[in-house]
Amino acid sequence: MTQYIVLSAILFTIGCVGVLTRRNAIVVFMCIELMLNACNLAFVAFARQHGNLDGQITAFFVMVVAAAEVVIGLAIIMTIFRTRRSASVDDASLLKY
Amino acid sequence: MNLLSHSVLAAGLPMAEEGGHAPVVAPDMGAGGVFDLLWLVIALPALGAVLLLGVAPFLPTSLRAAADKHGHLLGTAMAALSFVLSLVLFFALLGRDAESRQVGQHLWTWFETGSLTVGMDLLYDQLSALFLLLITGVGSLIHLYAIGYMEHDPRRRRFFGYLNLFVAAMLVLVMSANFVGLFLGWEGVGLASYLLIGFWQHKPSAAAAAKKAFVINRVGDIGLSLAIALMFATFGTADFGGVSELAGEASQSTLNALGLLLLLGACGKSAQVPLQAWLLDAMEGPTPVSALIHAATMVTAGVYLVVRSNFIYDLTPVAQTAVVVVATVTLLWGAILGCAKDDIKKALAGSTMSQIGYMMLAAGLGPVGYPFAIFHLLTHGFFKANMFLGAGSVMHGMNDDVDMRHYGALRKAMPVTFLTFAMGYLAIIGFPGFSGFWSKDRIIETALADNLLVGVLALVGAGITGFYMTRLMLMTFFTSKRWEPDVHPHESPKVMTVPLIVLAALSVLGGILLFNDWIVTWLEPVTGQVEHHEPPLPALVITLIITAVVALGVAAAWFLVGRREVPREAPQDVSFATRAARADLYGDAINDAVVVRPGAELVGGLTTFDRVGVDGAVEGGSAAVAGLSTTMRRVQNGFVRSYALSLLGGALLVVLALLAVNLG
Amino acid sequence: MTFWILAPIMVAAALGILFVRKAVHAALLLAVVMISLAFLYAVLDAPFLFAVQIIVYTGAILMLFLFVMMLIGVDATDSVVETIRGQRVMAVVLGLLFGVVLVLGISQVTLGAVVGLDEANAGGNVPAIANILFSRYVFAFEATSALLITAALGAMVLAHRERLTPRSTQADLAAQRLRDYAEHGKHLGPLPSPGVYARHNAVDTPALLPDGTAAESSVSRVLAARGTVRSAPALADDIDDVRRQIGDPATMPETSGKAGAPATTEEDVEKGVDK
Repeated sequence: MTQYIVLSAILFTIGCVGVLTRRNAIVVFMCIELMLNACNLAFVAFARQHGNLDGQITAFFVMVVAAAEVVIGLAIIMTIFRTRRSASVDDASLLKY
Repeated sequence: MNLLSHSVLAAGLPMAEEGGHAPVVAPDMGAGGVFDLLWLVIALPALGAVLLLGVAPFLPTSLRAAADKHGHLLGTAMAALSFVLSLVLFFALLGRDAESRQVGQHLWTWFETGSLTVGMDLLYDQLSALFLLLITGVGSLIHLYAIGYMEHDPRRRRFFGYLNLFVAAMLVLVMSANFVGLFLGWEGVGLASYLLIGFWQHKPSAAAAAKKAFVINRVGDIGLSLAIALMFATFGTADFGGVSELAGEASQSTLNALGLLLLLGACGKSAQVPLQAWLLDAMEGPTPVSALIHAATMVTAGVYLVVRSNFIYDLTPVAQTAVVVVATVTLLWGAILGCAKDDIKKALAGSTMSQIGYMMLAAGLGPVGYPFAIFHLLTHGFFKANMFLGAGSVMHGMNDDVDMRHYGALRKAMPVTFLTFAMGYLAIIGFPGFSGFWSKDRIIETALADNLLVGVLALVGAGITGFYMTRLMLMTFFTSKRWEPDVHPHESPKVMTVPLIVLAALSVLGGILLFNDWIVTWLEPVTGQVEHHEPPLPALVITLIITAVVALGVAAAWFLVGRREVPREAPQDVSFATRAARADLYGDAINDAVVVRPGAELVGGLTTFDRVGVDGAVEGGSAAVAGLSTTMRRVQNGFVRSYALSLLGGALLVVLALLAVNLG
Repeated sequence: MTFWILAPIMVAAALGILFVRKAVHAALLLAVVMISLAFLYAVLDAPFLFAVQIIVYTGAILMLFLFVMMLIGVDATDSVVETIRGQRVMAVVLGLLFGVVLVLGISQVTLGAVVGLDEANAGGNVPAIANILFSRYVFAFEATSALLITAALGAMVLAHRERLTPRSTQADLAAQRLRDYAEHGKHLGPLPSPGVYARHNAVDTPALLPDGTAAESSVSRVLAARGTVRSAPALADDIDDVRRQIGDPATMPETSGKAGAPATTEEDVEKGVDK
């Protein structure tokens, strides 16, 4: 079972690095989804480990919330793109020192 | 008290007489008749001041010119009317029974806070009556004199306004029936004194002297105001009546504190050591001011305060002792100053200080001394005003030169001034028969009866008085001419010499007040009755001794001054004692060293501490925070990814910590 | 076994997301990861999640990504240059550190024997999940529904654009057209249709003006941009070629005389029309 958790950790880390290095807002979003999926994998794996369906339920909730998040997030990206003609997260950097 | 128990070396100084509580002040508020006009005595000069100072400057130009031209007449008339009214009141008082000679008048309620009510009440008793006569009488004469003296001053109207203001304030001081009203008058005369000392404000020395007088008087006023506050706290009232009734119930320490605080106030106003430094400088004011305020009336307010507060002082031997000590030091201090000064007005000022010391001494001796304090106060008011006005007359003839070393042989040039001045001179040194003789003699006699050391010191003071007054007399009216080349001494106009003559007559005849112990009997209801202690020697012997000592002083002056050529410039190779006396016995230096410089250094230190320490800490702290923020804010670069990176760093730390805790 | 096949694929695809420059490619790689994940769910006795993963994630969410990408430009690529100093290095270092720590930490844990879901899934996975979801988690479930509705509303509000000018009517449009003609001389009628010939009929061939030149406005701009517009004379040449090839000697082509006529600009064409 450990291998599932390790895989989950690796995918999560890759997602992290992706969020930190990519500048296209959509790709950043994808990386966040990757991290969420990695967590889901861990939940499902632990569900099996413990013989308990709560993990699966949690993963299900994560998916639902992720769906809502994606809808809002993409709408925000579109709104920003509409006004700034750019989908780069670095361009929205006016709120600073 | 006998001589054995109080040897010269004894540390114990005079103590209050036991028993014989001071009478309770209980004025008859509904006396009616002429006593309903008490308020008018104050209102007349106050009206004069208001008209001359408050109304005249706002008149149309032509009317203002008239006011400037004739304003002095209004001021003098107001003072004279007030004097006439005082006379009427005095005779009305004489006409009443000895028991009911305390009348009052309630004008209005001044303020009312909680249980505390202070009324604008007037008190007219035997003590106030004498003061009223002195203030308005001498005041009117000096107003009259000032008409001539200030003739060429462009601001004469204002001068008379100030004089009227002073008279009104002084009358409030002596007529108020409570300490708060007294304090009002007290501050009023302080203000008038300040304005008049600095009347010639174009002279920096006059402005500085006015400021000095004002500041030093504030120190004394703190004592008086604290005393009033203590009375409110202890007795719940500051009426003379209330306090005199309740004084016996207060604790000894409260009474001691009250007595000492009142003494502090008296020291400030009456130029007693250690608050004496302002009086000599106050001679920068016009001479009528010196005569009225700084010789005859205002400076005696301290004596009035002590005598009026007899119901407190009689119960606190500690404060009485303090009064006696202060008075003895002052009478010698002032006398020594008088010996060394070449400025005629400053020599007279030193003499004033010394004579007030005598009065305070008498006041400090308790009920037995109070009448003589007031008696000497009155006679001193006559002869000192006389001599100050005489000095003014001399200065008038000598182009306002005040240096006695430039005088000499003026008796021929100014016969009237010389003769009147001589009357004053004989009175002050205590020439038998003259007013000063009676008053000073009684004070020294009482002091000797009470405590030998104090009596002897007072006796020495009398000898010194004889010396410095003779020196002044000789340097001014006798010896050779040392005039400045362009000076042509002349007699002063009538308007100035008439007051001189009147005052000279009073100086000579003032002693009749003591005829048949009239003044003692008169004041007894106020000051309390006490049986006289027998002096260590028969009164006649004491009188002879005093006269002999004074003669000694006069003779010393004759040999040291009269028989020699007086140098026009003050010799510099003089003894230490002379140098010290010329420097006011280092009064200013002592003030500087004890109060001014430590105060300035304390303030400087506090300022530096505030600037470097407090401000430094605050500003340094804020600067450090600001600097740190300037550096740290670079972290807020606006890039979401940068923030996410720090988030990851934080998460890493948390994971590491978890691992360290759970696995390590 | 399935795991060991899928895991390298997933890691490779995930790493690919980090390195590909086009967002579309990243989305496709993410789809790979997600479908693989769905299979892993199946392996882990979670058939319901397998279905949901495929339908919701791969089917709906990823499609939404692609849809938005289409809206904001498919060909937008990331520049390789890092703008924030030290960001990439620090990200990689910290990320590696994080991953190593996580993996090391996990490998330290002994999980014990796997219980398995055979018992929990005895009555079928979906009924079992439904049992829990509508009993113990019913409040969370309802809250989630509220969240979804809120999200839908929020998306609508964000995507909505207010109309700033009144909607123009037919009459307005006609008036505008006439005004344009009056002020700028813009052609009133419809654009000319593409060339229609007896021998050839295609939208990529411009119509010919009376003087024999090509009318460029008769061809769609898209075709013009692609560079696939054919010219009528060239077409005529083609016909001659064909005819030559089939050996028809009949006549010389009547259109050949016009061959080589230079193409004119649109303005010229319109001037010609005006005349």
